[in-house]
Amino acid sequence: MPDFAKVISSRYGIPESHTLRVAEQHGAYAEARRAFTSLAPEQITAEVKDASIRGRGGAGFPAGVKWGFLPKGNTKPVYLVINADEGEPGTFKDRTLMELDPHRLIEGCMITMRAIGAHVCYIYVRCELVLSIDRLNAAIEEAKKRGYIGNAPFGVSHPISIYVHTGAGAYICGEETSLLNSLEGLRGEPRLKPPFPAVSGAFGSPTIVNNVETIASVPDIVRMGGKAWAGQSRLPNDGGTRLYGVSGHVKKPGVYEAPVGLTLRELIYDLGGGMLHDSRPLKAVIPGGSSTPVLRPDVMVSAPDPKHPLHPWNGKSTIDVPMGVDTYRALGTMLGTCCAIVMDSSVNMVEVARNLMHFYAHESCGQCTPCREGTGWLHDVLNNLCEGRGKPEDTALLVDIANNMMGNTICAFADGTAMPMLGLIQQFRDEFIAAGKGGVQPRSLGETARPLVGGRA
Amino acid sequence: MAFTLSAESEKIVDELLKRYPTKRAVCLPLLHLCQRQNGWVSRDVIDYVAARLELPTSEVQGVVTFYTMYHQHPVAPNVVWVCRTLSCELRGAREVQRHLEQRFGCKAGQTSRDGKFTLKTAECLAACGQAPMVQINDAYHENLTLAALDRILDELAAKTAAPASDAQRASHH
Repeated sequence: MPDFAKVISSRYGIPESHTLRVAEQHGAYAEARRAFTSLAPEQITAEVKDASIRGRGGAGFPAGVKWGFLPKGNTKPVYLVINADEGEPGTFKDRTLMELDPHRLIEGCMITMRAIGAHVCYIYVRCELVLSIDRLNAAIEEAKKRGYIGNAPFGVSHPISIYVHTGAGAYICGEETSLLNSLEGLRGEPRLKPPFPAVSGAFGSPTIVNNVETIASVPDIVRMGGKAWAGQSRLPNDGGTRLYGVSGHVKKPGVYEAPVGLTLRELIYDLGGGMLHDSRPLKAVIPGGSSTPVLRPDVMVSAPDPKHPLHPWNGKSTIDVPMGVDTYRALGTMLGTCCAIVMDSSVNMVEVARNLMHFYAHESCGQCTPCREGTGWLHDVLNNLCEGRGKPEDTALLVDIANNMMGNTICAFADGTAMPMLGLIQQFRDEFIAAGKGGVQPRSLGETARPLVGGRA
Repeated sequence: MAFTLSAESEKIVDELLKRYPTKRAVCLPLLHLCQRQNGWVSRDVIDYVAARLELPTSEVQGVVTFYTMYHQHPVAPNVVWVCRTLSCELRGAREVQRHLEQRFGCKAGQTSRDGKFTLKTAECLAACGQAPMVQINDAYHENLTLAALDRILDELAAKTAAPASDAQRASHH
């Protein structure tokens, strides 16, 4: 197995790594000190821009550019809000940072607040992550006692407060404007954009909303310098190392740090230890959380034009294309949260669609009709297909419903539902057609797991 | 009977109010505090939160019904959430759910015959690499086998006093 450098996860595995004492022994707060005492805010932002860090929450927007959207000459307070509402199916990376190294996130928040001129930061954590919440609160208390968080961090007159704000169970609150409504005590319904949060976000003030991993990368960016940090990546315009997750049918599911531009093949067979059952080959991968369209290893990249961004991988399997925001967009899917769900040959893709569309039907906030109705209808049709009540025309119906959701709503949730639905049908149409003729074997996903649970095999 | 928070929790509320520029922003954390004390979000809790934060009752009600973690009906002393989303289903979540339904003698969304456990299904709990998993009250239990799950539940059942009367039994909903 390749041995990648541990940067953001450098303190994972050290006993008591979540405490200030241990974290500080291993470098924590050295960069916050430097950022407050010897760097100008503009220098910090410049380093983050140089780092080409693409947002780690799923959209892949460059963080440094986002910070630059704050209005000039603003007189209102500026807020930093950390999106720790990790809930995209398949995604479980931010939790490791909050549980194992909360001080890295706190330090990143402090440096970012210095850079953007914020005095208050809210870390919005989903309430189910009780251990993350406890560890973050304890870390904030420790940093306050040490005088790092307070009126004059490192003797510099830039008062800062950092608060944990807990959600209450709603996937949609991971959408940044929905998160802001939830923070303000409202139902978590997304807002129309513009205005974008950088102009009018929390409490009507300019607000930067960033993912946990994005902000936890900031101390290392400041330490190494943006260009050097970016250079760890295998890809241009998409810098650094990042946390990869792998779950499903692999021998060693988990979270692993590696350079940006790792391939799915490496993630599954090297880091993930290979397929769970040697007799069941890889059938499909959802590469970056459930909203990203599925990839299949037996589909080859077709990019004969030398100018095509994927030309270097022309003729190779899709799982040999480096995982980057831009390469994956060119591939017709998305990098998302970079946490892959791996499925072997025993899996029926209609059942996969039913599982995922159940999720989206449950989590749609209900504000926009195409999404509220569309998610429910997709789930109903898939239920029929899986239970043997399907009709031959159901596949076309699913496509029709999904197409009528795309682009017709306030936020990206409907697109994030329709894209994986269409992707599954595009890649595995024959299975949907077959289900429309006779139904799939009921509970075919559950059966695959039976030998694993409770020693009942 | 009108709901009131303990004096200790009231101090936390005063502290929370200092964190935000508006009173309304305390709505979600305050509802969590109330639920922790009361077990669920009753009509009296909603009235209390509305009065404390100077909000219309209807708006607090709207918040309560939007989020899944606020119990709108009484629940048993222990709440078991089974993650059912894809990574967990691939690794046996349906088997876990069937087992729990059998053990408890109830369906997801209902309370066990002995009144000690409420069973619910959850959407992705961000533990995909440790599937299958359940959340019981505040704790995650990951990489489950049915045997391990039974041990956890046996221990918890022994520690939980049987509900005093049928009236305290959670309603089936």
